[in-house]
Amino acid sequence: MEKTVELNRLGLALADYKGKPSTLCPGCGHNAISNQIQAAIWELGLAPEKVMKISGIGCSSKSPNYFLDRSFGFNGLHGRMPTLATGASFGDSSIKILGISGDGDTASIGMGHFKHVIRRNVPMVYIIENNGCYGLTKGQFSATSDQGLVLKHQGVNLLPPLDLCMEALISGASFVARTFSGDVKQMKELIKAAISQTGIAVIDVISPCVTFNNRDDALQSYSWGREHEAPIQGITFFSSREDMQLENFEEGTYREIELPDGSYIVLKKIDKDYDPTDLNAALDLLTESYKYHYFATGLIYFSEVPPTIQEQYDLPAEPLNRLTADRLRPSKESLEAINISLY
Amino acid sequence: MLDTTQDSVQGNEQIVNEVCMTICTVNGSGSATANNILYRALFRMGILTSGKNIFPSNIKGLPTWFVIRASARGYTGRVEYDDMVVAMNPATIQKDVSYLRNGGVLFYADHLEKPEITDKEVIIYPMPIKTLMKQVDAPRNLQSYMENMLYVGIVGQVLRIPEEILKATIEHQFRSKPAVAESNFNIVKLGFQYALENIEKTDRYYLQQLPELRDYILTDGNNAAALGSLYGGLQFCAWYPITPATSLVESAIDHVGKLRKDPKTGKNTCVILQVEDELAAAGAALGAGWAGLRAMTSTSGPGISLMTENIGLAYFTETPMVIWDVQRVGPSTGLPTRTAQGDLSMLYTLGHGDTKHVILIPGTVTECFEFGWRSLDIAEKNQTPIFVLSDLDLGMNSWVTKRFEYPNQPIERGKIIWEEQLEQIKDWGRYKDLDGDGIPYRTVVGNMSKKAAYFARGTGHDEYGNYSEDPKNWSDMLNRIGAKLDGVVKDLPGPIIRRAKADADIGIIGMGSTHDAMIEAQDILAEMGIQADYMRVRSLPANTDVREFIASHARNYVVELNRDGQLRQILSLEISEYSEKLISISEIGGLPLPAAWTAESVFAKEKHNGKNC
Repeated sequence: MEKTVELNRLGLALADYKGKPSTLCPGCGHNAISNQIQAAIWELGLAPEKVMKISGIGCSSKSPNYFLDRSFGFNGLHGRMPTLATGASFGDSSIKILGISGDGDTASIGMGHFKHVIRRNVPMVYIIENNGCYGLTKGQFSATSDQGLVLKHQGVNLLPPLDLCMEALISGASFVARTFSGDVKQMKELIKAAISQTGIAVIDVISPCVTFNNRDDALQSYSWGREHEAPIQGITFFSSREDMQLENFEEGTYREIELPDGSYIVLKKIDKDYDPTDLNAALDLLTESYKYHYFATGLIYFSEVPPTIQEQYDLPAEPLNRLTADRLRPSKESLEAINISLY
Repeated sequence: MLDTTQDSVQGNEQIVNEVCMTICTVNGSGSATANNILYRALFRMGILTSGKNIFPSNIKGLPTWFVIRASARGYTGRVEYDDMVVAMNPATIQKDVSYLRNGGVLFYADHLEKPEITDKEVIIYPMPIKTLMKQVDAPRNLQSYMENMLYVGIVGQVLRIPEEILKATIEHQFRSKPAVAESNFNIVKLGFQYALENIEKTDRYYLQQLPELRDYILTDGNNAAALGSLYGGLQFCAWYPITPATSLVESAIDHVGKLRKDPKTGKNTCVILQVEDELAAAGAALGAGWAGLRAMTSTSGPGISLMTENIGLAYFTETPMVIWDVQRVGPSTGLPTRTAQGDLSMLYTLGHGDTKHVILIPGTVTECFEFGWRSLDIAEKNQTPIFVLSDLDLGMNSWVTKRFEYPNQPIERGKIIWEEQLEQIKDWGRYKDLDGDGIPYRTVVGNMSKKAAYFARGTGHDEYGNYSEDPKNWSDMLNRIGAKLDGVVKDLPGPIIRRAKADADIGIIGMGSTHDAMIEAQDILAEMGIQADYMRVRSLPANTDVREFIASHARNYVVELNRDGQLRQILSLEISEYSEKLISISEIGGLPLPAAWTAESVFAKEKHNGKNC
């Protein structure tokens, strides 16, 4: 049988969204994330040229090289990804920003920027590839490492972990999700939803480091994740209301959420009712899962999007970086008026 | 060094349009407005004048001084003595009068304790500020502010500033609030009238109107830098507050709404964004520059320290951005409200590894405007971060300066290419030197060509931006960037040279805000019998004019406001064959350079080093 290549609505194959071959360790959780990013963007029918990838330093931050070769990318400084993204977001605001970071990048050296980029509401998807350790420097504790974690050289971790979803929530993010590299279906749907959000969307992905932090009892290991992942809802993304096949969902077991770009997610109840639009419920959920050591995954919080940083500036509709020089220099007469005012 | 020796009591002839006056107040009392009115009044009389605010790192309650120097000869550098002191601060009055020269004049608020002066003759005019204030219906919170307006009237009258000039100046100061202008002028008039009727003038200092200085304006370097940047097509500025750079961006905020509305859509074409720290300011400017915007940030020394890593990244990813460094005194927190030139060495090779940067060094307020727009062109043309090195004296003090000239060149965007141009280039690579000038072609986000994207990175990369650890690739890349910067020199403003009136054996070299003092020092040296040519370096790397100047003088005194002679060190390294011709003269008190001290220092070294030794 002749093999046919599946194309998306732009007529592009999944291969058009690939990147360079990964140089991360085989089995690294981050590779699963790269794959799901490609798949999500391909399925959404978003042109790779309409995406830019910004990252910091670390294993996670190397990964944007391994997907979306036709997208601009900038692998910047440790912890400073949000600052680069802030500036770059003004160049052409029609380009979707994927910010890729890790737990060292975000929870330690870049924590201040993380919270401030949320506060500014820079329109971007902020993905933390959280493996609970420093991989590229060969296995040190990070600020999300579990208390009591034992690593080869450092011994026992004395300090409690930070919860980055909690940090995102209290900083005012209007989209906060957590997922797991071992649950690629959920991850892909969340990435699609995050891309469809117009403000900042934060996804904390528990993404095991197979080389330095994958012992069965380690908080960010595959086996711990599989045993302790507790999805708070089933999530399915639909690019429009027409696509939504609600007949597949039993009445009273789901809720639908419309995203700002007209797409939808349908959230299926699992055991408890969980309302992701309730900030207090989200805080309670994170407090409880932190205390009892399990991963509550799924869409943790979603709210109406506050104005993005671009919306606060009353900018032209066309990209700022395409404005011709004649539109950037004030008139000679205006300078004359200034000279007169300074006499 | 305090010059109280010159005896100006003797003789009866008037001293016209040559006076140095220090107004001593308490900061937070609103004296800045009063001082600026006096300052502008002198300027409006056609007299070249400087005004330097010596202020504490404090909001309210500490002493502050405003030094006005009028000089018909055009010498506006700082002098170390006063002809006049206006004493309004009880805490400092005794010390303040110690700077008066023999025959000087003291105005003092007569509710202050009269200072003891035993070492010189001083003409004293008490000012009955509190008594006069009784005639003013002033709201309590404006009391001290209005007291300051009284000395404007009294001092103005004694100096013979015409009343209508004071009126015009006040109207200018409060041009958007005519009622406020009127009430202020009434107080000034009260002081003026008091002096007219009660003060018998016994001093010799007079001001006389000269032809109007219509080619000049009165403003500060930070305002000029902001305007220059806005006229240069600035599109994105990220910043974090720091003295003395804050007022640069605040000026930009003042002007941006009016100046930078898109003629086509009426929308804003320039974004000014305050961020969480200087790391973010540099990072955001870098991100914007990478995305094809004309981007800058503005800071002072401590901010540069924080921006260092990002600027190294900009250098190596060949991303244009402009960084203004309005210097203050370091190291560390240093003296935040005092001036210095101590950041030069740091900037020149800022960052780890092999780096070298272009530095523009404006020496006048008008040049701050010019370098504001020019720096954005140079950055984009050469795809590299550009520093503009100002300082507190130039940036925050108001100067009588030449009117701003409209840019005489169109905006230069460099080798940014869009879809069509990219199609015409065979085998394009972001870091591929296709023209042999070391400057590759650059695509930016939003370019929809399939070939446009590249992956910028601070790690080793090949001509296409792909990761590479190959030794030859690394050295080729870094050498090309080095060669590219050598090529920038032709785009940079060359030195300003002022020749001595006769053949000069020696040169004096300066940079930045010391310009006026250096010119005066050159003239003082001539009076002392030493002919010296003067050169002001306006950019680094230095061009051949700088080399030739140094080569053509037996000895070159490099005068700068830092301890170790940083400009001299850099010139010695770069023009090493003449390094023995370079001699350092440095001053680090945190105050602007005084001309007399400079001339005396050169004179002393000439006696020691020179042929007469």
